[in-house]
Amino acid sequence: MRRVRGEGPWAWLAAGSVALSLLLLVALLALLAGRGLAHFWPGELVQIELDDGSRFAARPGREERSAEGVERLYHTGNREWLGTPWRWVEVARIVEQRRPAELVIVERRRWGDFIGRVAGLEEDGVALDIDDEAARWTALDERLGRLARLREARDALRQQEVMPRVRALAAEQDVASRARLEDELAAANAEVLALQARMARDRVVLESVEGERLALPLEEVLALQRPNAMSLPAKLGAWGERAWRFLSEGPRAANTAGGVWPAIFGTVLLVLLMSLLVAPFGVLAAIYLNEIAHQGRLTRLVRISVRNLAGVPSIVYGVFGLGVFVYGIGGSLDEWFFSEQLPSPTFGTGGLLWASLTLALLTLPVVIVATEEGLARIPDHQREGALALGATRLETLRRVVVPMALPAMLTGMILAVARAAGEVAPLMLVGVAKLAPQVPVDGEFPFLHLERKFMHLGYHIFDVGFHSGDVEAALPLVYATALLLVMVILVLNLTAIFLRHHLKARHGALPR
Amino acid sequence: MLAQPDTPAVNASRDAVIDIDPGASCLEIQGLSLAYAGTPALSDLTLRVPRHRVTAFIGPSGCGKSTLLRALNRLHDLNETVSRRGAIRLEGQEIHAPEVAVAELRRRVGMVFQTPNPFPMSIYENVAFGLRLQGGLRKRQRDEVVEWALRSAALWDEVKERLGDSAWSLSGGQQQRLVIARTLAVKPEVLLLDEPASALDPISTLKIEELIRSLKSQLTLVLVTHNMQQAARVSDYTAFLHDGELVEYAPTDALFTNPRLARTENYITGRMA
Repeated sequence: MRRVRGEGPWAWLAAGSVALSLLLLVALLALLAGRGLAHFWPGELVQIELDDGSRFAARPGREERSAEGVERLYHTGNREWLGTPWRWVEVARIVEQRRPAELVIVERRRWGDFIGRVAGLEEDGVALDIDDEAARWTALDERLGRLARLREARDALRQQEVMPRVRALAAEQDVASRARLEDELAAANAEVLALQARMARDRVVLESVEGERLALPLEEVLALQRPNAMSLPAKLGAWGERAWRFLSEGPRAANTAGGVWPAIFGTVLLVLLMSLLVAPFGVLAAIYLNEIAHQGRLTRLVRISVRNLAGVPSIVYGVFGLGVFVYGIGGSLDEWFFSEQLPSPTFGTGGLLWASLTLALLTLPVVIVATEEGLARIPDHQREGALALGATRLETLRRVVVPMALPAMLTGMILAVARAAGEVAPLMLVGVAKLAPQVPVDGEFPFLHLERKFMHLGYHIFDVGFHSGDVEAALPLVYATALLLVMVILVLNLTAIFLRHHLKARHGALPR
Repeated sequence: MLAQPDTPAVNASRDAVIDIDPGASCLEIQGLSLAYAGTPALSDLTLRVPRHRVTAFIGPSGCGKSTLLRALNRLHDLNETVSRRGAIRLEGQEIHAPEVAVAELRRRVGMVFQTPNPFPMSIYENVAFGLRLQGGLRKRQRDEVVEWALRSAALWDEVKERLGDSAWSLSGGQQQRLVIARTLAVKPEVLLLDEPASALDPISTLKIEELIRSLKSQLTLVLVTHNMQQAARVSDYTAFLHDGELVEYAPTDALFTNPRLARTENYITGRMA
């Protein structure tokens, strides 16, 4: 008992610190997940009547208390008539609030959301005569389904018929085959146009609560929901679909709507390229420092310097990358190989290659230190065992030392990935873009376009959160993107941890 | 340090060191002195190690017996602070001569260390390690050598079903026999054993000792041990080292039953740490 009492305060302090750290972590993830994931939920729509007799339909949001009373934020959509899709309303002024099942929210390709009612359907500019509410919904669903099939057919046609011929035409020299290819291309294009004409046939007539009417081509509709009429499973389905579109689509409306796929792709590709660049350099440097170099004062100095490099602020690496990689090496490359495109730069501007090189430089100390520690942990008798069998120092390194140090090297890579994936500041100088819907990998030779600018989740958060016009629309996206960034880093790390575990499991723990 | 006054060491070592017939000796050490960064570890050592016999080096900790052993296959080469004088000849050939390749020397003079040090590979790959370094063997020949080596190290029956398992899954004693098998696979002429059983339990120790006795028909063994019973049990000749000097070198029976010098007697009877 005395022992416990003696240790009491310290034990409590230590345990308290752990609990606090855990709590903060959980709170962080909960905040991101709660705010971010709620954004995709098809929340109910309300129709409001105010004390002055005016009416509007909207999705209710957060409330704020002010001197005049409680105010609530409504997402009204219909930006083309109202000027802004958001409206603060004093709760005291609300006379009546209803939840009509027929209220729809339409996600459009342009102008953001529409909130109101479906008044009718048009085909080739002629209104369809459907009075029955249920029949109209069935007809609308049918047409949306047809549109999806047409779009699929058109995309397939473009992919399989049009693009190969465009590429073949660029390479073909023979006049006869050129003419044949051109004919085929024209035919394929005509087919695409015909499909697009069929896609443009259907329109949905929408009417806002205030009485404004709009005939919207169905092609412009990204999603159409009646949340008040949806069952829970249907809502879950709609939630999943929206979340998936967030992951798989490119951004729209100055990054305040749409998805983040190019940013996910950019982040992962950047980190992978960085790993490919930093791994060989870091590992070789660590091997040299620990296994080959004479352990004298100079080696110690180099080692201390490397460790201190890990503490240099990342923006400094960004400046270095800009000066050396972008302007120095990139500028020279442009002069030597891409002079016909000057003054517009090819490599002489920020791009994927320079960004991954900058990050590789940034994470180099981490990899060197972790690898060196792994090498130092290998008992000397392992090296001597190999030497005593007649292995040279190189053979000893390659066959015994390096395989044993692999888990440590992977630990270094995990630390490097964790640091690099969250880094934003240096990227702003060496190649991240606000909007680059074209991902740096495509079907066009050389498939991986290292000179292209790219999007990045970290920078996307910064851009959406602070540079967008529509703060209310951007905020949930900031949370969702932040959650996604954490997830991406987690997945990258788990992959490396799994790999390391696999390597360790193959031979068990280091003996003694 | 000494419990009793002793005869002067310089004179004594002349008398107390037996001479092995040069024709029957495998290793010949002449006037060997060795220092770590200026601190002497061995001074003016001269002895011959007989072929196909077990020779044990005994002595208190820090007496230089391990240093001597490591000099025999030039493991000190890696340490830049080590300076050496004197000659070591393997079958009449000076091992420091420029035409001797150190890797080839270490293949001829194998070594087993205090701590079992199997590589992070399968059992099979551990034994095949040295063979792969040399190259030139087909898989079937390699399989045969691996089996022969494991049989010679009395390990075959225990591992023949699991050659693909990690070597680190074996017990300490098995690991040490695996290391011996690994060394035997490259067919060395001399096997240096640096306290090979000190990290093992009594039963494993017994097996290693049996193995050492059985191997002397194939090669010359040099054993460093701080366990005098072990030296008495397995060796044919014993050299007692103290403070980097060779004090007494004699057939094991003679040394343990009738030591010439008081220093040796003190040590083997436990009166000197």
